[in-house]
Amino acid sequence: MATVATSLRRHSNVREQLSERVVAVFLVGATLVGLLALVVLLVTVARSGAGQIDVPFLRNFASRIPERAGIWPPLVGTLWLMGLVTLFSFPVGVGAAIYLEEFAPKNRITSVIETNIANLAAVPSIIYGLLGLAVFYRALEMGRSLLTGALTLTLLVLPVIIISSREALRAVPRSHRLGAMALGATKLEAVYKTVLPSAVPGIMTGTILGLSRAIGETAPLLVAGAAAFVAFTPDNLLDAYSALPVQIFDWVRRPQPEFQALAAAAILVLLGVLLTMNSIAILIRNRYDRKTR
Amino acid sequence: MNVMTQRPNVLAPDLEDLVNEHETSVFEVRDLTASYGATPAIENVSLDIFDKKITAVIGPSGCGKSTFIRCFNRMNDLVAGAHVGGKIFYRGEDLYAEDVDAVEVRRRIGMVFQQPNPFPKSIYDNVAFGLRVNRMTDHLDDRVEKALQDAALWDEVKRKIKDPASALSGGQQQRLCIARALATNPDVLLMDEPCSALDPIATTKIEDLMHELKADYTIVIVTHNMQQAARVSDLTAFFSVEGSAETDRSPRGVLVEYDTTEQIFTAPNDRRTEDYITGRFG
Repeated sequence: MATVATSLRRHSNVREQLSERVVAVFLVGATLVGLLALVVLLVTVARSGAGQIDVPFLRNFASRIPERAGIWPPLVGTLWLMGLVTLFSFPVGVGAAIYLEEFAPKNRITSVIETNIANLAAVPSIIYGLLGLAVFYRALEMGRSLLTGALTLTLLVLPVIIISSREALRAVPRSHRLGAMALGATKLEAVYKTVLPSAVPGIMTGTILGLSRAIGETAPLLVAGAAAFVAFTPDNLLDAYSALPVQIFDWVRRPQPEFQALAAAAILVLLGVLLTMNSIAILIRNRYDRKTR
Repeated sequence: MNVMTQRPNVLAPDLEDLVNEHETSVFEVRDLTASYGATPAIENVSLDIFDKKITAVIGPSGCGKSTFIRCFNRMNDLVAGAHVGGKIFYRGEDLYAEDVDAVEVRRRIGMVFQQPNPFPKSIYDNVAFGLRVNRMTDHLDDRVEKALQDAALWDEVKRKIKDPASALSGGQQQRLCIARALATNPDVLLMDEPCSALDPIATTKIEDLMHELKADYTIVIVTHNMQQAARVSDLTAFFSVEGSAETDRSPRGVLVEYDTTEQIFTAPNDRRTEDYITGRFG
């Protein structure tokens, strides 16, 4: 039997060990930067804003007097916007993704469309605001309405939803499509009954990402006509409206410290709405994930 | 029954006896050619597939075996750039006629793939899938049970029929895919190397199953495994690759010999068949 020459004990290559350590420390540090920023943000905002949140704050309208000011109209406006954006962007985005991924012929026109969508995802949001202003506000005469805001934000989130839905569809094995079609399913049946259910978790993730982007957007809404001061809550699509980020922006601009505290409180409410929305989407996603495993 | 018009000269005389004696042709393949874009896959294949028989398609990699059987249920239609020339008659009807609905064809001609591909659904929903898309949902439970019994899987899954199909072993998944294909009462079952991803025990189960299914179905199986072809099939078609860069023709699959399995494995007529089955190439 040959003897094993090398020992199992750790070699004392100091340089190698040191570089392992340095890389490890850097990687952990890189992770902590993001986490730390989030914690600092949350703590600062919570310290100045948490005390402000009570029922009158949630239910009051805007006011020049900080004690009487509340976020009811922008809160309702944001909920309206999110509902409408989901309603518009989900079917259109997923529909476009299904077409491009499953049905579109692979030719120059579709590849131009694909490149365009990828580029649209990177367009600064204020440009979408200008587009909304030109098309919905002016050309289609929707004015400073909820509809203008919702359609503008829909354009903004569509590329995100389309791109991530396509990735989700692409991740479904081709063998599922072939298997379904070999059983006499039409192409449409194969997509709706096998591919789409498997892709739902990925599609939901993309939609969450898109809507999370939309809920915090301020610039496009400011440009496309959201008001910081509305004395009523919108009750139809053509009413004027405000939204939480717009309200926050308005308060942050004011010099009085009381308004800064209100802004912090409104940020907390916005985060609350965002988290609720995401939780619902994650619940739906997990349900499908279990079903399709 | 005169089905052997344009019969290629590679057919052995006793095959003609086979045709004349008692067999009905399910498929009559005449000068079938298939290509992907500019790349030819198979060329000038002519043979008959007989009713309630198991026909094995064997040959080296790249000889177009899979392409060949995918012509029978028009799965090649789904591949961009695929082109099929020549004729296939299915019970006398031209499969590639303009007014033939490929979806309708696939409802009659089931297929089992190389890799088990159950849908990410329950065992029950997998079997019910074909029934549902074909609107055969009366007595759904009975039909599902019958299909699982036919695929010799019922006893293993009857207590967990609502469990996800992915929880089954590879061999069980493949039998589930067979059950799924049988559920809609197809006329023909195409099997594209159904055992190549399975262990020997699971393979034996599928082979036993095929012997039972032969009573009711016409089966065409592509296999890499010559012992399997010898064990399960009544007839064997041997394909090979012809042409290469040296001969200035791109390689394509051709049918070398088609005969009863016994004949092919004991006294092949063609030298290439003999070389292949004795392991000299391929």
